[in-house]
Amino acid sequence: MRERDAFHADGRLRGPANTVTAYAMSSIAAPTPARFFARRRRSLRILTLPALVVVAAVIVFPWLFTVYMSAFDWKIGSVAHFVGLDNYTGLLTNQRFLEAIVHTFYFTALAVIVPLLAGTAAALVFHREFRGRGVLRAIFTMPMMATPVAVALVWTMMFHPQQGVLNYLLSLVHLPPSLWVYSPTLVIPSLVMVEVWHWTPLVMLIVLGGLASLPTEPYESARLDGATEWQLFRHITLPLIAPFLVLAAVIRTIDAVKAFDTIYVISQGGPGTASETINLYLYLQAFAFYNVGNASAVVVVFFAIILSLALLLLHVRQRAKWTA
Amino acid sequence: MATVASGAVTRIPPATPRRATRRARLRRWLRKIAFGFAVAVIVSPAILVFLWMLSLSIKNELDNSTYPPIFIPSAPTLANYVQVFADNSMGLYFLNSLIVSGCATLIALAVGIPAGYGIARLQAHRTTVLILIARMTPALSFLIPLFTVFQFLGLNNTLTALVITHLVITVPIVVYILAGYFETLPRELEEAALIDGGSVWTTFRYVALPLARPGIIVGTILAFIFSWNNFVFGAVLAGRATRTLPAAVYNVLTFEQLAWGPLAAAAIVVTLPVLLLTIFIQKEIVAGLTAGGIKS
Repeated sequence: MRERDAFHADGRLRGPANTVTAYAMSSIAAPTPARFFARRRRSLRILTLPALVVVAAVIVFPWLFTVYMSAFDWKIGSVAHFVGLDNYTGLLTNQRFLEAIVHTFYFTALAVIVPLLAGTAAALVFHREFRGRGVLRAIFTMPMMATPVAVALVWTMMFHPQQGVLNYLLSLVHLPPSLWVYSPTLVIPSLVMVEVWHWTPLVMLIVLGGLASLPTEPYESARLDGATEWQLFRHITLPLIAPFLVLAAVIRTIDAVKAFDTIYVISQGGPGTASETINLYLYLQAFAFYNVGNASAVVVVFFAIILSLALLLLHVRQRAKWTA
Repeated sequence: MATVASGAVTRIPPATPRRATRRARLRRWLRKIAFGFAVAVIVSPAILVFLWMLSLSIKNELDNSTYPPIFIPSAPTLANYVQVFADNSMGLYFLNSLIVSGCATLIALAVGIPAGYGIARLQAHRTTVLILIARMTPALSFLIPLFTVFQFLGLNNTLTALVITHLVITVPIVVYILAGYFETLPRELEEAALIDGGSVWTTFRYVALPLARPGIIVGTILAFIFSWNNFVFGAVLAGRATRTLPAAVYNVLTFEQLAWGPLAAAAIVVTLPVLLLTIFIQKEIVAGLTAGGIKS
């Protein structure tokens, strides 16, 4: 049965092709069907082999090696000492690391929620037909693919307190100038602004995909019953696109927790350590202090955090699917 | 039928005053204006940042340092571009990026296309979980072990090391896109080839591969873009002469000069190739960026 599934994805009997196959196997092909399929599967596995080797070398090996290194007190250039779980217990009392976790969660919460709201609004707009929609949508999605470092450099210049264009824009609407990324309290919201600018288009495109798949009948009957636009959105659109919103939230969460380029270029984790996220802390431990053992422990904890956040959201998604 | 009915409805009450229709028209106008305003609010941040970037890059230093800022330069100049290529060996870094992203993408295609076919035909959906996990892993965590190994092998500061690490980005995306694409291809042709005595390899090579061209193009462009945009691998592993563009723009330009014009020009040089490439794959970008997340 399994072998047959390999040949026909859906396992259903499909008219001509299937009869021909059966005919071929019974009278012409020398090997028995079982042998034929076994050989076929083996050949297919060989095709995947080179990729498996590469993945093992550059992805799986680093994972295992990281876990191994995390048990050592090891600086690059010196001898490694086995310390067991000391790196992990050290992290538990490491004030700077714990603060980095708080910064990461703060940054992530904002960088998920704001793009989700803005992206949904944008998707509702772009779901309508209007002149120039294609071009405007292409422009709107440009930030998403732009090189993060390049974008971050431009934002750095825009954030400049004296000559930056953002403070000029504030002055146009008679607001006092802001310190943006130079203020310990505003640095994370300012960085989130860049993140929102960068990634709202992705949320928009995911939600737009959801909107495109909506049926039209419920709307027609609800309109006949005199539902307002808001009611239509709240009670028909929103529940139906919920799975897409959760998908967008999962992707956004993973990316926001991992955000590095823009933070590193714009604030380097500063002022002080005000915007130091786990990733920034990790970078310093590994490539400024060459504290490889400690950094590896950070990676393991970091990965556990990302994995549990993703699983949590996927769980929500599964429940959304059941109730929908 | 329906249109006739609605036409009849609007006609039946002949007493409808003109003012009401005018008010309806006005309301439609207002709604249109509000909608246009919404579109403008949504699109303007995207376009304005890029225009500001362009504006900074074609202004001289004097125009760039005045306050209030000048948006449209009095005398546009290409001097900033000339400067980054002449004084900051932008050309070399451009070439480095081209080599690293090019090689990493080619290797990914060589191993990833057959693997995508194998996964699609073996129905090995569990392998996509691996891709999801790879996507969740922070890039830095691949970097620490690889850095130590390259240190041991004396490969740090070489383009080879960079190409190897960029495989972390390119291989999963190519495998993911192609496994998905091969699954959409009809199997009848392949079955016919198999019946005629073709091996799995010949079926793949002469039947499936030619049909997979659109998938291969999307996979290639996405892998290249993600590799091109990567900053941290180059920042950590590259030496002075082997930096990729993003790393070079950050290291060379921010530390050695604070002039905005050349910085903006360099930023445009880095990101323009990517923006041009995206034009070809507008629709498939989402699939690439959500790789590993759509199924499951």
